[in-house]
Formats: sequence, C-alpha cells, structure tokens
Amino acid sequence: MSEITQRGALGVPARGAASGGGTDAGGLVFYFALGLFLGVIFIKSEVASWFRIQEMFRFQAFHMYGVIGSAVAVGAIGVALLRRFGSRTANGEPIAFPSPQERRPSPAHVVGGTAFGVGWGLLGACPGPIYALIGTGWPVMLVGLGAALAGAWVYGLMRPSLPH
Amino acid sequence: MAGPLIGLVVPLVYWYGGRKWGISQSLQHLCAATLPRRIEYFLYDWWREGSWSLAMVAGIVAGGFVGGRVLSSPDHVVGISEATRADLTGLGITEFGGMLPADVFSFASLLTPAGITIVVVGAFLVGFGARYANGCTSGHAISGLSTLQLSSLVAVLGFFVGGLLSTHVLLPLIF
Repeated sequence: MSEITQRGALGVPARGAASGGGTDAGGLVFYFALGLFLGVIFIKSEVASWFRIQEMFRFQAFHMYGVIGSAVAVGAIGVALLRRFGSRTANGEPIAFPSPQERRPSPAHVVGGTAFGVGWGLLGACPGPIYALIGTGWPVMLVGLGAALAGAWVYGLMRPSLPH
Repeated sequence: MAGPLIGLVVPLVYWYGGRKWGISQSLQHLCAATLPRRIEYFLYDWWREGSWSLAMVAGIVAGGFVGGRVLSSPDHVVGISEATRADLTGLGITEFGGMLPADVFSFASLLTPAGITIVVVGAFLVGFGARYANGCTSGHAISGLSTLQLSSLVAVLGFFVGGLLSTHVLLPLIF
C-alpha cells in the first residue's frame, strides 16, 4: 500500500508520497466535515476572538490556556493510544510519527516562531481562525488572508537565504 | 469542551490519513496552486499533497458561518475579563460586540496605522512565520506538543515571545 505523506527535511512535501485518503472524494468530504467542526469550535469557544488573544497575552484569564492545554493533553493521550495499538491508520497502513530529525529545534523554529508570534499578537488570529472569521462575515479578514498568503509566498522566495 | 474536541483531531487525523494535523500548510498549498513561479518551495503536486488541507480549510470557512451566524449571533459579546476590557479601552478600542473590534477590523481602518499594522502586517507575519517555523498553533502547539516534539516547544516559546512583544510593546505604539 501507499506510504504516508510526509514533509521532507526542508519542509517541502516529499515527492512520491501517496495521499492517505486525501484526494478521493470520500477523503475530501471527511476533511471538509472536519473543518466544519473546527470552524464551529473556533467561533463558539471564542479562540478566534482578537479579544481572547489579547487577554491571553496579558495573562488576564485562563480561557485560552485551558483550551490549548486541554487540547494538548487529549491529543497526547490519543497519540499514545494510537502508538499502543500498533500505529496503524484506519486502512491498516503504518503511521509515520515525526522523526527525531523533525524534533530537533533549529533557527527556523526560533526566528519563524517569534515572527509568527508577533503576527498572532497583532492580528489576534492564527491561520485556522482567519478562515473561520471569513465565514462568520468579517470581510476585512480576506485582506488578512491575502497578507498571510503574501507572507507564505515571500517565505518561499527567501527560503534559500534564511537560516534553518 | 472546546480544547478536548480540538485535541481529538490530532489522533483522528493520524488514524484516518496517517497525517500530522496542521492548518498553516494550506497557505503553502494555495501559493503552490496559484503563483508558484519558479520557487522551489511551491513546486510540487499541490492537489496530491494539499487537497485534504484545502478541503479542511473550506470546511473551516463554512464552520465559521455556522458557528458565528447560525449557532450564535454575530454581535455576541466575548466575555473577556474586566482588566482586559479596561486595557483595550485605554488603547482606544470602543467596539466590544462580536469576535473582533469592529473599529479596527474594517476596510476604513486599513488606512490608519493601527488598522494596517494589525490586519496587513500582522497577517503577513502570521503567514511568513508559520511557514518559516513549519507550523502554527495547530501544527506546533497542539499536534507538535501532543507528539512531544522539542522543536515544537521551542516554536511555541517563540510564539509567546513574539505575542508578548506585540501586545505590550507594539500595540501601544500604533494606537
């Protein structure tokens, strides 16, 4: 069967890695439904709110820490269970959890992470909430999405000359 | 309940497709689909690698509509703490209805220093930084920490350093 799609060492998706259910119609419906579920949660839990992000970076409420912390706890338990039961997907293919090479911190994590943080503190939305807020009806977030795409594009352009 | 539900997505996406869950790679796929030029980072089969991600973000847009327009009122007031409200009022924010302050997140405000810095510069850095760090809140803070990756912890510390800088240094300058 197919291998699992994995990012190459440089972060570019590896060639020749087949999709694990992403491109067939059923897979697309699954991921659309997953996104629908996430979009509702991002709004209903207010993690898409600029006000909540400001509150988080001012340490004035536990709300965001509770959401992110409990997400990590449940995610970690789920991943541990998947490993315990043989690290197989629903189709029986092996799951490639991140390699030790991917785990090693690099300048990209420090510099890129800090740049992202400056943006997050200003915009008050990370990529998921940008999409959700467009759906809620904040048309100016289309400008935000355009600027985020410009940022990703400029990163792609500058990538060979940036420290990684 | 929101946190645990988001957390469940990590093992679900590994189980369903063998993939590491993350949202910001959709930005790379959208660039690859529309304006790859001859940039190596965008030269790959975006449909094969990214159709799952693009289907998911299309779903998030739809979910934003359902969550914000059907399941709640768009002018629902976010219940932030009094201290935060006082700080933001001090910056000059007056609109507290809805997910975002309408006095900043409008097309008219794009002509003001605060509006352009928050919406354009902020979003540019979100896109640039998320791709440079190879992950955003979903990929690093949630997926990465769930799989106990040191690099994700470093990235999340970077997110925090950057966010604190924006909130405590940059915002008071631009308003």
